[in-house]
Amino acid sequence: MRAGLRRFARNRMALAGSVVIFCVFLLTVTAPFLFPQGAFNLAGQPLQPPSLRFPLGTDALGRDVAAGVAEGARTSLLIGISAALSAVLFGAAVGGIAGYYRGPIDLLLMRLTEFFQTIPAFLLAMLLVVILSPSLLSVIIAIAAVSWPGIARLVRGEFVALGGREFILASAGLGASGPRIIFRHLLPNCLSSIIAVGSLLVATAILLETGLAFLGLGDPNIMSWGLQISAGRVSLRSAWWVCTFPGIAILLTVLSINLIGDGLNEALNPRLRKR
Amino acid sequence: MSSTVLDIQDLTIGLPAGADRSSAVQGMNLALRAGEVTCLIGESGSGKSLAARAVLGLLPGPRVSVTAGRILFEGQDLVSLPEREMAKIRGARIGMIFQEPMTALNPLHRIGRQIEEVFRIHTTLGTAERRGRVVKLLADVHLPDPEKIARSYPHQLSGGQRQRAMIAMALALEPKLLIADEPTTALDVTTQAQILHLIHELQREHGTAVLFITHDFGVVADIADQVAVLQKGVLVEAGPRDAVLNAPQHAYTKALLAAVPRLVVPDRPPATAGLVVLESVDVRKSYAAKGFFARGRSTQALDGVSVQLHRGETLGLVGESGSGKSTLARAMTRLLPIDSGDVILKGEGITHLSTKAMRPYRRMVQMVFQDPYASLDPRQRVVDIISEGPIIHGTPPAEAHTRARRLLGLVGLDPSAADRYPHEFSGGQRQRIGIARALAVEPEVLVADEPVSALDVSVQAQVLELLADIKAELGISMLFVTHDLRVALQICDRIAVMRHGAIVELGPTAEIFASPRHPYTRALFDAVPGAAWSQGAEILTPAE
Repeated sequence: MRAGLRRFARNRMALAGSVVIFCVFLLTVTAPFLFPQGAFNLAGQPLQPPSLRFPLGTDALGRDVAAGVAEGARTSLLIGISAALSAVLFGAAVGGIAGYYRGPIDLLLMRLTEFFQTIPAFLLAMLLVVILSPSLLSVIIAIAAVSWPGIARLVRGEFVALGGREFILASAGLGASGPRIIFRHLLPNCLSSIIAVGSLLVATAILLETGLAFLGLGDPNIMSWGLQISAGRVSLRSAWWVCTFPGIAILLTVLSINLIGDGLNEALNPRLRKR
Repeated sequence: MSSTVLDIQDLTIGLPAGADRSSAVQGMNLALRAGEVTCLIGESGSGKSLAARAVLGLLPGPRVSVTAGRILFEGQDLVSLPEREMAKIRGARIGMIFQEPMTALNPLHRIGRQIEEVFRIHTTLGTAERRGRVVKLLADVHLPDPEKIARSYPHQLSGGQRQRAMIAMALALEPKLLIADEPTTALDVTTQAQILHLIHELQREHGTAVLFITHDFGVVADIADQVAVLQKGVLVEAGPRDAVLNAPQHAYTKALLAAVPRLVVPDRPPATAGLVVLESVDVRKSYAAKGFFARGRSTQALDGVSVQLHRGETLGLVGESGSGKSTLARAMTRLLPIDSGDVILKGEGITHLSTKAMRPYRRMVQMVFQDPYASLDPRQRVVDIISEGPIIHGTPPAEAHTRARRLLGLVGLDPSAADRYPHEFSGGQRQRIGIARALAVEPEVLVADEPVSALDVSVQAQVLELLADIKAELGISMLFVTHDLRVALQICDRIAVMRHGAIVELGPTAEIFASPRHPYTRALFDAVPGAAWSQGAEILTPAE
């Protein structure tokens, strides 16, 4: 693992991505101090172009776009990370159980996974948010619910591949219980792939969240990049700044997370490393 | 004296910085003459394969490359030859055979087409003529029904047949030089004997010079005219076979030869037969054929096997791949469910116990695995690996750790090894860790599944010695699975010969060796590489 991190640090693109994400983190932490009024505060004249007072301009209601981008960063990261984390935990549990116990349980869980994979992810997420009524929690649940199948398949595959290895047999031969083999031997040995894929999941979760917010399915009380773009799209020709800056924020964040994910994948995945 | 075909002069192959030594091969001089088989022998990591690949111009460049010396093939220096010229020589005037015939053949192409490709690249023969040549070649390597083989895909042939097809391909254009890199290592002994015989026969017929790379002195005894011994990239000894085998000059050659297990039964006190500890009664196991279309076909891996292991004895399970010996070992440790029959441990049937009910019995039977690289969890420290068993069975972790450190001493490792990870150890050391893990729960029966077949001969001898010592010291019984009769003779009190999932012969080692009753047992003994030499008069005193 330590050698993997060293390899990661040698990857310049991944390092650049980490720097950008670190800046986004800083932004979320400092947002309450930079914009004490909050993003929904009507700060000035509507549709003002970028100026010294409003460096990113104001939107149609006179809200500060910069404050929105800063608060939106928090929303995106919060939802992205917690949804990806829930998806990883749930997916790993499903995949792990299927991959370790095999047999009918495996069959059942894998058909369930496939069922989720056959429904268009975004439609399912929309449906879930509508059913659960839009809120921060329901958005996280909806995104996690459409993201876990990939992780489940990955973990199952790794477990099946590792299950035939002699060190697992040796452990079973010592009398180790199922949970012991799963948590002490199987999971640590596929942790690096889970981390790599899980980090990429954060990026897709952020995109999903933005999409939901754009359609008005986000939490109405929380500022989000998707909501900003949605609000600015009617004045796209006259006031380009309303949509552009949140858009750039999404682009940079998702790109950076993808770079980090690729870097982690390359650094931690032994199969890729050999090539 | 025949003419020199290949003359390797002062060859040095550089390795990238950070490798365990600066060059894979250092200042190697070797001449191959037409009509002679030169065996290049060495342990893993000795650089023997890289030397062969250098001749073929197939080094994994740019990090590994020839840094000095010349390779003269029929007077032409191959090192300075441009790649395009080299490609004309490769396959046409230098043929090659690899260790693993399955990976060396393209699984998507028919055998005939792959051999034909050689003609298509290097000759201007017409289609019909090419086809004819292919069939004749396949007949030359004694493949039955060559027409049918030419139409087959690689997976439809057995390992031996594939290797024959590879040889046919290598010899297609009657090369002056044939390079064979461990061509029989992946094969069973009886197949190996046939392939060695075939290579010998073809090479005599065509006057080909052969560079034969191997780690097995038995193979050397069977096939070599000349022998060259490589130690860590340095050619320490070279000469005619009989001189090297019977009167080795270099200390390393002597040590290697001493470590080769002989085809003799060592003098040892007969084991006093104790009570039966572990027993299988009419055990059956079949593997269902997988896949949608192959339903209904299945392989009978164990066909009603009954065998008894007595207290304090070592019982050898000998057989070729697919004979069911490993399946039996795993069935008897209950690592594999069986279809019918019973496994009885100390008078108790353990066949149908649940995981939990089985736990107390687990510690009585422990297993040592074949592959030292796959049998240790790469993410655990050695001390955690060894103490896992005792912890599962209720020993407090601190105490288990202390005992694990002590066990390292017993298996001949430094106690400082405890805090390191498996990848920091060599194959032999890992196997010692595996043995320590098995011993940690103080078992009464040790089931060793090919514990030394992945190891170099010198290491193999050490691990076998360790197993014998442990057995004598702790008085445990051992079920020893091996494909190598020489190893079985050395360590086992009784031997069970398996074939097609059944035991064909079972008896005391000396008896089986002196008068094998079953024809298959006899065939196995005859196929042991270097059988005659192994039993020969020139038995060296084992090195300390």
